Amino acid sequence: MAGYFTNILGGAKSLVVGLSITQRQFFKKPITLQYPWESLEMTPRYRGHIQLIKNAESGTHQCISCGMCEKSCPSDCITIKGEKQEGVKGKVLVKYELDFTKCSLCGQCIANCKPGAIEFSREYNLASTRKEDFHYDLLKRLKEQK
Amino acid sequence: MDLGINVFEMVIYLVGFIAFAAANAAYLVWVERKGAAHIQRRTGPKEVGPYGLLQPLADGAKLMSKQFIIPAGVDRPLFILAPILTMVPAIMIFVTIPFSETILARDFNIGLLMILAFASVNVLALLMGGWASRNKYAVISAARVVSQNIAYEIPMLIIVITIVLISGSMNLTEIVAGQAGGILHWNLLPTNGNFLGPITFIIFFICSLAETNRAPFDLGEAESELIAGFHTEYSSMGFGLFFMGEYANIVIAAALTTILFLGGWYSPLPESIPYAGASSVVWFLVKMYLLIWLVVLIRWTYPRVTLWSLLNLSWKILIPFSLFNLLASAGLVKLLG
Amino acid sequence: MSSQPLSQNQERFELNLGPQHPATHGVLRVKLLMDGEYIVDAEPVLGYIHRMHELMGENRSWAQYLPNMGRLDYLSALSYNLGYVELVEKMAGIEVPERAEYIRVITTEMNRISSHLLWFGAFVLDLGGFTPLLYAFDDREQILDLLEAVTGSRLTYCYYLFGGCYNDVEDDFLSGCLAFVKRLRTRLPMYHNLVTKNVILRQRLEGVGPVSAEMCRKYGATGPVLRGSGINYDLRKNEPYSIYPELDFDVPVYPEGDSMARFMVRMDEMEQCLRIIEQAIAKIPEGPVMAEKVPKMIKPAAGDYYHAVEAARGTFAIRAVSDGANQAYRMKLRSPTFSNLSLFQEASRGMLLADGLAFMGSLDLVIPEIDR
Repeated sequence: MAGYFTNILGGAKSLVVGLSITQRQFFKKPITLQYPWESLEMTPRYRGHIQLIKNAESGTHQCISCGMCEKSCPSDCITIKGEKQEGVKGKVLVKYELDFTKCSLCGQCIANCKPGAIEFSREYNLASTRKEDFHYDLLKRLKEQK
Repeated sequence: MDLGINVFEMVIYLVGFIAFAAANAAYLVWVERKGAAHIQRRTGPKEVGPYGLLQPLADGAKLMSKQFIIPAGVDRPLFILAPILTMVPAIMIFVTIPFSETILARDFNIGLLMILAFASVNVLALLMGGWASRNKYAVISAARVVSQNIAYEIPMLIIVITIVLISGSMNLTEIVAGQAGGILHWNLLPTNGNFLGPITFIIFFICSLAETNRAPFDLGEAESELIAGFHTEYSSMGFGLFFMGEYANIVIAAALTTILFLGGWYSPLPESIPYAGASSVVWFLVKMYLLIWLVVLIRWTYPRVTLWSLLNLSWKILIPFSLFNLLASAGLVKLLG
Repeated sequence: MSSQPLSQNQERFELNLGPQHPATHGVLRVKLLMDGEYIVDAEPVLGYIHRMHELMGENRSWAQYLPNMGRLDYLSALSYNLGYVELVEKMAGIEVPERAEYIRVITTEMNRISSHLLWFGAFVLDLGGFTPLLYAFDDREQILDLLEAVTGSRLTYCYYLFGGCYNDVEDDFLSGCLAFVKRLRTRLPMYHNLVTKNVILRQRLEGVGPVSAEMCRKYGATGPVLRGSGINYDLRKNEPYSIYPELDFDVPVYPEGDSMARFMVRMDEMEQCLRIIEQAIAKIPEGPVMAEKVPKMIKPAAGDYYHAVEAARGTFAIRAVSDGANQAYRMKLRSPTFSNLSLFQEASRGMLLADGLAFMGSLDLVIPEIDR
């Protein structure tokens, strides 16, 4: 019989404690960020789709068209094409296409890039209703980049 | 009696109470959403109007513009009737509630009885809605709602009988009048003859939570078990009416608790104190909305009970306590004379 | 069924729980045979999110299989990363620098906490309490921010490489982790007051869904389910890997075997994770995070390899058969909740529907990992 009453009292106490916690939280400031009006800066290591790194001095990329990124990609996202051109040592990159619809951002291409020509971008709010919008021409993107 | 003025008065009151019920239902949704948001450290609705105050109107417009889907194979008449049947008794009940000495539509001798009678129609509506939906989740939900409401009507009625015993009347105005003169004369405390005092208030409050199917007793809705319970198949205003009915019932439950235990429109201070001691509709609304806030806070704090612990609570704790209180209060009332 | 007399059948009905149902947290379907509110029989039906991860492992190189590890159990992706990376290192005989090992342990344990926090929120949500979910997400968000700064992603991590980690961590990350440890130490008592001690929750969990040690052995249940049934079995202690032997932590074990025991195991495990993180940060040495000589093309000697780690939900094991090529000949992933789910059918018989769902929540299912 005593257990009956202590059970009720103990239970009631736990309920009151719960209410006091939520009521106290009610008076605290919200912690959420109102997204379209405010947004966070992406961290430097954020993994967006890959892009060619622009060399500040030469104004161009450092890709040697070795094709390691293409080969290491688990999902065949990358298509590159290098051409022999007169007067230039090695191959010149003429096409670097990325199919971002298949990319899982594993970073294998970047880890396998000898000259360090590619990096992750910080693009995070990509949206489209068309698949083709995510087929990037990275060379074109590099040219448009300031 | 001047019939013309009487009819005019009736129409005014009817429109007034429907508007009051609808506005309360709409804005309690806002309170619930905003309150829940801040309890959870979010902001809640804020885009539609200042502080999201126009959100209920937008929601209403959205619900009304949607198609009322009647799934194949449902029991059509019952399916359509059920949501109406949740809202109509709720508005009817508002007729009997005295908000102050002057603001009441009808002063019934048996107002309390009428409220309880109409409130139990709600169960029937939920049962009908669940049964007619031709959905297994809805049927399970309907069965739960019925067993829950029957279990909780008993302690609730025993408490109500105790209050009737103390005030000697079923007229709500007279019940409130019996509690005049400050907090010490409220039925909340044993001074009026209510032996267990605050405990009966808590029992009544728990019962009204269960009767209105509010968390933690929202077994009928149980969104993580039964999708949406009895209104799984309802869309558009069919769902809207169930939703509004729920909030209208919360207002009624809070108002009834205020009348029975918290001295209705009387101030908690003695009447000798100027302004603060005066009785007015403001006190009634303050008490009522504080209770409603408690209902909201409870919903966003506790997990849901299961059917058996719900029934255990009623039969093993609430009913023994309220029965004991009935006997003890009868003795106390006799002693106080 | 028509051959049976109607009077026997009429009381029972089939209830299709899922594949879209709020309590299954994914595309799990459970065919329930109900007698009123009671579960007579429950048959989990899988295959709605099968992606052939094992087959994928057999037709791509070892390195190319790395991103798949983040997509099995997406809530504790780093444990899976760790398991796979350590297996391949074992096969190819790659030495991992010590700093990388410490980083791996710190990030994995952070990930384990975030997984448990999400489970905690979702579990209380299953029981009808909405608010703890948002509080847990608040804490989880801190972890995701910290991990994002290091790994670059927030959910499907692909951070470990054969022979080390993708990049080094800054002191900011380590001090951020310490600040988080401090923060969670003040939050956990709040969770206990709000949830664990709550009488309604106790009534719903205590004695519900008892799973005996016997049943765990029979179905191969691991992780918190096993430890909630009184068996002290944690791979971090029993088959130590990485630097776990150097760290001092306890394995919470509760003998009751009910949902409450599983709940408490996970809550206590979070505290132990905090201890691990603290010690690891105190001990972390300077140095490189990548082994110097990692072959570009990994071609392990032919043979049968096995490695298991303790993921947030139990034993995650990989068995890989190599024929000496750059890819696996056979890849078998052993995911913990597949075994944990398989005891649901036996254990849930005779339960109320609400209790059955609470029991299912206490198993902490992640469907993509069951289906692979």
